[in-house]
Amino acid sequence: MIPAIMPMYKINPMAKDATTKSKTGTRDRINQRIRQRDKATLTKIVDLADDVAGCAFKGRDIRVDIPTRTRSNTIWNKKRGILQMGDAKSQRELFNLNQAKQFMQTMLHGNSIKELINAQKTLSLRGMFYKGLHTIQGTKSEKTFDGQDESDSILEDLEVGLGALREELHVYAKKRGTMVGNITIVDSGDEIDCRRMGSGGYAVPSITEPDIIQFKKCEAKFVLHVEKDTVWGRFNEDRFWEKHNCILTEGSGQPPRGMRRLLRRLNEELGLPIYCLLDCDPWGHYIFSVIKQGSISLAFESERLAIPSAKFIGVRAMDYARCQLSDDVQIKLNDNDTKRAREIAAYPWFQGNKGWQKEISQMMQNGFKMEVESLITKDISYVTEEYVPERLKKKDWLD
Amino acid sequence: MTVSMSGTSRRSKPETADSMSARQKEISVSEFFAKNRHLLGFDNPRKALLTTVKEAVDNSLDACEEAGILPNVTVVIEDLQPDRPANSKQSRYRITIVDNGPGIVRKQIENVFGRLLFGSKFHRLKMSRGQQGIGISAAGMYGLITTGKPMVIFSRPHSRKVAHHIELAMNTKTNRAEVTVDEETEDFPPRSRLYSINSGTRSPEFLNAEDYMTGTSVSIELEGRYQKGRGSVDEFLELTAIANPHARITFVPPTRISADEQEDLPFTYNGNGAARIQPASDREDQPGSRSAGHNNGGLSDIDPNITTVEKDGIIYYPRGIDQLPPETREIQPHPRGIELGILLQMAKDFEAENRGGGTLYNFLQEKFSRVSPSKAGEFCKVVGGHSRTKVSDLSPQQFEKLFREFQESKLPAPPTDCLAPIGIRQLQSGLLKGVKAEFYTAETREPAVYRGRPFLVEAAIAYGGELPADQPARVIRFANRVPLLFQQSACSSFKACGETSWRNYNLSQPRGGLPNGPLVIMIHLASVWVPFTSESKEAIADYDEIRKEMKLALMVCGRKLGTYLRKRQKMQREAARRDVFERYIGEVSKAINAIAGHDTKKLYDCLLAEARRRTAIADAQLDEEGKTIKKDEHEDLKNDDTVVLVESRAVHLQDQTDEADDESADDGQEMVKLSSGSRRRKASGKSGRSRDRDVE
Repeated sequence: MIPAIMPMYKINPMAKDATTKSKTGTRDRINQRIRQRDKATLTKIVDLADDVAGCAFKGRDIRVDIPTRTRSNTIWNKKRGILQMGDAKSQRELFNLNQAKQFMQTMLHGNSIKELINAQKTLSLRGMFYKGLHTIQGTKSEKTFDGQDESDSILEDLEVGLGALREELHVYAKKRGTMVGNITIVDSGDEIDCRRMGSGGYAVPSITEPDIIQFKKCEAKFVLHVEKDTVWGRFNEDRFWEKHNCILTEGSGQPPRGMRRLLRRLNEELGLPIYCLLDCDPWGHYIFSVIKQGSISLAFESERLAIPSAKFIGVRAMDYARCQLSDDVQIKLNDNDTKRAREIAAYPWFQGNKGWQKEISQMMQNGFKMEVESLITKDISYVTEEYVPERLKKKDWLD
Repeated sequence: MTVSMSGTSRRSKPETADSMSARQKEISVSEFFAKNRHLLGFDNPRKALLTTVKEAVDNSLDACEEAGILPNVTVVIEDLQPDRPANSKQSRYRITIVDNGPGIVRKQIENVFGRLLFGSKFHRLKMSRGQQGIGISAAGMYGLITTGKPMVIFSRPHSRKVAHHIELAMNTKTNRAEVTVDEETEDFPPRSRLYSINSGTRSPEFLNAEDYMTGTSVSIELEGRYQKGRGSVDEFLELTAIANPHARITFVPPTRISADEQEDLPFTYNGNGAARIQPASDREDQPGSRSAGHNNGGLSDIDPNITTVEKDGIIYYPRGIDQLPPETREIQPHPRGIELGILLQMAKDFEAENRGGGTLYNFLQEKFSRVSPSKAGEFCKVVGGHSRTKVSDLSPQQFEKLFREFQESKLPAPPTDCLAPIGIRQLQSGLLKGVKAEFYTAETREPAVYRGRPFLVEAAIAYGGELPADQPARVIRFANRVPLLFQQSACSSFKACGETSWRNYNLSQPRGGLPNGPLVIMIHLASVWVPFTSESKEAIADYDEIRKEMKLALMVCGRKLGTYLRKRQKMQREAARRDVFERYIGEVSKAINAIAGHDTKKLYDCLLAEARRRTAIADAQLDEEGKTIKKDEHEDLKNDDTVVLVESRAVHLQDQTDEADDESADDGQEMVKLSSGSRRRKASGKSGRSRDRDVE
């Protein structure tokens, strides 16, 4: 059964054979929306600058309000099953010794974004760092940015401060994550058949919004997301997605925003359930939590990234006994792991979940963690041929 | 006074008392000291040169002050073997010291210069530089021993009469002078002989006859070694000039200096001296005139521009203050300050004076200070006599009883008008001309007493400016205005510096050591009898009373320095904050102009004004938050008479931050900068910053 594809994305507006009136109309509509979006972003930036100038002329406090991106300002929306950002804001003041430089950097990036929008171009995070980089006038060698980290964090501040998404600021991140499976998509006008991606797979771009990527044809019935490309390679070589008619994705650890957005759209627009195969350690648990509820630092994006229906199929703490794994796969929990595990267990969105409380406490009882690769010790293809199919068949997963 | 020594015995031939007696004879003082010259500070050629200059300058200053004349002293060192090989370290020098003192009458010249232990200062309790009367004659004797040349003396006691020209050699056997030349001359000051040394001595400014209406000139030829650095003639004269701001000292160093000379002079001269030299005639009152007494006129305005200068091969230490130190009174010994033997000797002298008829009552009253009539009566009763008991009738046991009673009885402290402090303004003036710092403070303590002898401590601190920042503080020590150059660590003052907690005053200090930083600490001890650790007068003995007074004086100065440093740090913080804002608002204005089109200049001006306003507010808040800095503390310092600030020498804060960028991390210390036009001194290596002296 082919899941229903939302009409809006049925046709690729940029396709070379798109000549019909309706196709052109779709492209126009998208372009028009982009224009409107850019206009809105521009207005926000100019408003920000006007505000600063106004305060300066009137001798008022010169500052920018930036919502805080910390655990304390993260609210667990139990009803919707996602993390949301609270209302707490921190002031970034020009006349504060610790914030003066960041304030200046915020203004510099504001200006860079305006230039990007006017030129209708985009830049990577690294590109933005170089765009804003120069020696401050009046000093001998002080640079505007000491490193890309400073620049990246200012851009995230601008996202939340302006209430605009990264792509709306014409900025994108390094691409990370891979996809393969029974689906055909259109990426910036190019049709991509994910069934024919060889051993490497389709590299998921940083921005996977509908105006970049449209779903053309999908036969898959679910998505299997694995933690790392080594495991993904095993599944791909065994043609797991073909045998089980699914999509196979990988996020190189914590999946980047592009990957998460794509999973969310597969889930939301195509109705595919998402199953995750992650390590049995606090890090794997938190990756699942990010996919499912959203992350703390990007809580403002949960609305479009979180997948409350995602399932965790393994590796489970009980698998050591259940699968009769050898002692060699144990990795001892260190103090850091134990601390992190307790922290995760105490997060509100884990607290009310009995299954997870049990899972974490069992891992702590075991006193060791296990990677997905540990299943390979049983047999090279044990994980693809027995472990995952069995879990799916038995609907044996954690919510 | 004689020193007797017994002959040595030989084992091979047993001596009898008779045969030994043939070799037992009196030896003269001169002979003794000729063989033990290290006792008088002639240990080595370098020190011999210094001691000669020191004794002569001390005598000159003492003589001028006693006569109420503002001292002009000229020191000339001539190298008599300029063609010697480059590696020979010592040479023959002729040292000439000319002063404008009262001169010496003809008949006393042989005694003053030709006999050891002949002087006016030994028998009295009065504050003066020289004490024993060994100095200048010992120097002459040293010269005679090493070169065979007699001392050459010019003296003019009356400005309208001719001067005497005497040449004399001391006979060490007899402790008497032998005069070889004795003539009258018009050549005083003896310019004609010194005229041709270098271009500086040819100028009319040098040994101007009007500056030396009366006076004395002494020339001694000796084997010596001229070398700069610590313990040098240069350092001695510099420090003398600091402790004697009322004196004008002119120094003509030898044209050639020893091959291995270290260029290590503590205080830097101004290399561009010519531009800053003070025309001497503009500043002096009428040369040679008697001082106008002790009026306070002109004391309040010390001119920080009067500094040591070098011109045409001559170093001028200008007069900083036109006022002589107050005259000191001679005092009688305090009963508690004498020993039993001295008491017996005093009684004997008293008997002799009164031809055996003096009473104990009168003896106590006349020969001691602070013995009231009733107290004298009490003492008479204690020894078992009455007010008419004759001194000659007292038994040794009675004297011993009297001596014990002296120690136990309650007596007022000795009088203190015998002490002349240098004075706070004078100390500042002296430091200002000798040390290029930015902050100066001084303190004079009230007189105190050790072992029945009154003394008084003064301390001064100079901080910052061109002083080297990365070294321990330099301690300069004085006793009765005479610099002490050697044995620093044995000196009470050095211990007092180490025991003071400089950390309380925002300075870093290793445990028990000297504080680190651009700092000069000056300590002066004035007393009628300075307790030196040895005859060579190099270190002050460590009496608890003295060390305590020194510490108290240092603490007063330290507190003021601490206040200044806190203020300076605050200014630095403020400037740093302002600097941060000013750096970024340019970028902010440009970005906002690019985004929204607001006028960059207008925006920048608004932000700059705001930044300036903010930094002021931020500081005020800092104060209110319980920091020790009071709002008007800096103003207090400015109004404090004991503090002098030379703002122009303060290291500029802005420059300093730029400097840090340049020099990278290897020298985190503050840079020490010379004032305008001079070149910058930089750290030359990790082991220490070489401080070079600009000689041009």
